[in-house]
Amino acid sequence: MSIRPRKNTKKRDAILMASSIALILILVLLAQLHILNNYMQSVLMFVCVNMIMSSSLNIVNGYMGEFSCGHAGFMAVGAYVSSVLSLILFTDNKITGAALFPPESALVLFPFVIIAGGIAAAFAGLMVAIPSFKTRDDYLAIITIATNYIITTAINNIEKIGASRGLMGMKNTMYGMQKVINLPWMLIWVLLFTLLSVLLIKFLMGSTLGKGITAIRYDEISAEIMSVNTNRMKIIAFMFSSGLAGIAGGLFAHIMGFINPASFNILKSTESLVMVYLGGMGSLSGSLISAVFFTFLLELLRPLQIFKWVIIPLLLILIMQFRPSGLFGNREIFEVVPEVIKKIKSRSAKKKKSEAA
Amino acid sequence: MAFFLQNVFNALQWGSFYSIIALGYCLVYGVLRLINFAHGDIFMTSCYIAFFVITGITAHFTGISGPALFAITLVCTMALTALLGVLIERIAYRPLRRKGVNRLYVVITALMVGFILENGNLAFLGASSRRFPNLLEKSIINIGPIVLTNLKVIVIISAFVVFGILQFIVKKTVFGMSMRAISYDKFAIPLMGIPVNSVITFTFAIGSALAAVAGILFGMSYPVLDPYMGMIIGWKAFIAAVVGGIGEISGAFLGGFMLGFIEIFVIAIFPSSYKDLISFLILMIILTIKPTGFFGVAKSTKI
Amino acid sequence: MGSLLKIDHLTHRFGGLQALTDINIDLKEHQIAGLIGPNGAGKTTVFNLVSGFYIPTEGDISLNGTRLNGMKSHEIAARGIGRTFQNIRLWNEMTVMENICISQHYHLGYGIKDAFLQTKKYKKAEEKIKDEAWALLEKFNLSEHADEFPDNLPYGIQRRVEIARALSLKPKLLLLDEPAAGLSTSDVVGLIDYITWIHDNFDITIWMIEHQMQVIMTLCDQIQVIDFGKEIASGSPADIKSNPAVIKAYLGDETI
Repeated sequence: MSIRPRKNTKKRDAILMASSIALILILVLLAQLHILNNYMQSVLMFVCVNMIMSSSLNIVNGYMGEFSCGHAGFMAVGAYVSSVLSLILFTDNKITGAALFPPESALVLFPFVIIAGGIAAAFAGLMVAIPSFKTRDDYLAIITIATNYIITTAINNIEKIGASRGLMGMKNTMYGMQKVINLPWMLIWVLLFTLLSVLLIKFLMGSTLGKGITAIRYDEISAEIMSVNTNRMKIIAFMFSSGLAGIAGGLFAHIMGFINPASFNILKSTESLVMVYLGGMGSLSGSLISAVFFTFLLELLRPLQIFKWVIIPLLLILIMQFRPSGLFGNREIFEVVPEVIKKIKSRSAKKKKSEAA
Repeated sequence: MAFFLQNVFNALQWGSFYSIIALGYCLVYGVLRLINFAHGDIFMTSCYIAFFVITGITAHFTGISGPALFAITLVCTMALTALLGVLIERIAYRPLRRKGVNRLYVVITALMVGFILENGNLAFLGASSRRFPNLLEKSIINIGPIVLTNLKVIVIISAFVVFGILQFIVKKTVFGMSMRAISYDKFAIPLMGIPVNSVITFTFAIGSALAAVAGILFGMSYPVLDPYMGMIIGWKAFIAAVVGGIGEISGAFLGGFMLGFIEIFVIAIFPSSYKDLISFLILMIILTIKPTGFFGVAKSTKI
Repeated sequence: MGSLLKIDHLTHRFGGLQALTDINIDLKEHQIAGLIGPNGAGKTTVFNLVSGFYIPTEGDISLNGTRLNGMKSHEIAARGIGRTFQNIRLWNEMTVMENICISQHYHLGYGIKDAFLQTKKYKKAEEKIKDEAWALLEKFNLSEHADEFPDNLPYGIQRRVEIARALSLKPKLLLLDEPAAGLSTSDVVGLIDYITWIHDNFDITIWMIEHQMQVIMTLCDQIQVIDFGKEIASGSPADIKSNPAVIKAYLGDETI
């Protein structure tokens, strides 16, 4: 009986964690010193929001292999719930009148406001999770798109939170935090929540519990006969995914300071779809990298305005045609890059051999 | 009572659009098991095609008007829209079908084609909305307390005519039989000498031509065109097809009217902004309880 | 030896199609039993009903006295019924090791919170799961393939992994659906040895559907024959070999 060989990723994980924290500290410092101006900070924050959206959608569309096309709906739930809470708690607003707490308390309470948005979005995820027990593929896709529309049209009909005109005033929360200590608080919170989301996803999908979600993708029947409670897994996957989208939504709302239902329509959902399929279904590093790439692409294409929305769908069509498995397929950057390097090395070695001969 | 009957008539007219478009979805789904999400935008594009056809003709040939103009527009628009549908099939869907990839990728491609049609329209033609030219002299017909217009009657009749023709094609012609055969078994069919690709091409052509019929009639009834008009109507028509049972033509057709009735009566009772919300909620409920729709056939997978 | 699996008057209909009529089976502990019959007879349907994919139209299925009708598949699996399929249904995008570990899903020993917070409870439980999976792979001489993906392995090895995976559930009853499918004659001999080895080394009842008579006749002590959803014979291999009804149903099949 031999000892089980352990894959020692502890060192690699430690390095990743340390460099992530170092990166966050550096970025915050650069922002505080105004080396990173407001525009750059906002691009950076949108990158982070997209990273959360992309990696959370990857849980359902990548690991679990379903086809959820309405991710922006859950973002909307998180955005609105956290914004309304923000306004009620920290600002004099049109909904409940005077602020309940002094704006300075936002420093401590803000993360809870965001998490509350996430929890609300997680429950909204049940709207898709429960139908998913019996429906799959195209039909589930329709349900997800319908959910997106239902959420946005419902918001459109609620006068108290601004309906189609939108909601604003969330920037006051940030000003409140800055009154206590003058730091780029929005950036800090966004970076922290992004790190948290990525860690949670990594932990869940690395566990045997999380592997049950992946088992559903390839063979749901096999999963059942191996004692995986597939319904429970679907609920976990959908709620976790929607919850993270809600967190992204809350952050998005506070970055912009203004939201309206039109920001969370099917076009926004499409952005998330592009990022997931570009990065590779089932690859966490893939979805993160493609989020970075895609956000920068959006910024680059901004002057083209509406043409942007011809190019992006075209991009996705091309991905579907030529590389539907995306950047990394379903593996992580740590496996793919060494392989690619190996391939290049062996090819150049072969070349050298044939030249020498 | 008059109120009720008036609304019934309005529902028939409104539902006709959904029905005709739903038939298009149904055809393609029936043959390919593909939900052509671009269909609603093909409908929108056909409105614009019709617009340009009419303005083009009236600019160069004076003296053509009324029924003649309508007829020419109908034929040209149907042909051009059919061409568009075939092009989309050839360029976007067929390569994926040939590679045998997961259906998921084709569905995403369809969704994206739709976006390109919408935003391409907006990008190239600008944001100002176009006004569909007047093709028909509207006249009002009064039957008792109910007010009808000749246009509305034409719309309703067209829907039934289209349905009749389609039923005939599908049930009574060899071509229709091939369409139905392909939906059952894509692999054995070529062995029977049926040219699968041609059948699929024709299916897309017919489906798109149907969208064009709906497009012209819609443009005549609601003359303000905008690039995003296809999105919501396409979705509703799709809901209608699913509610009726997307594999069955008669199901899709009836589904269109069902949705029309639901929407008209919702507006009669609730504020109109609730219309979309309630329609989508109904879709959700039906898909959850009976995913195959009212008249659809359940397919079981062998374990 | 007590009754392990009892099937009483099992009748099942798919809509208008009568798939099974009055099937009765009594499996004891530590048996090897066979279920044979022409194609389309309904054998896999019996297995699917036992696995919990459908709810029987009529009749009862009980495991150790507990009625299984209507129970969810994953619960039935956790109660001790392992299953393989005609075509290999391993998860090709997960390593062999991961394939084996999934069987512990019902008895993980931790919840989502533990996974998120990476608690000691979680880490200990994961170690235990992996250690047990490794021990099983060692027992099956498959440990060298632990980190490989199933579709990179030869067919015969994949079959073994599939059976090992089913056994990692620590089942009392193992359902094998045509384990010899796709195997060459020499591989079949290996399979017979393999199943014998499993039977000797694990406290388990094996019930198999098979078309290769060599496998059935060598291994099984009790054989049931069904045709068109009805039982046409039942008994020892010797009884079945000479049963005229069986021979008639198998006209054209392999020589017994």
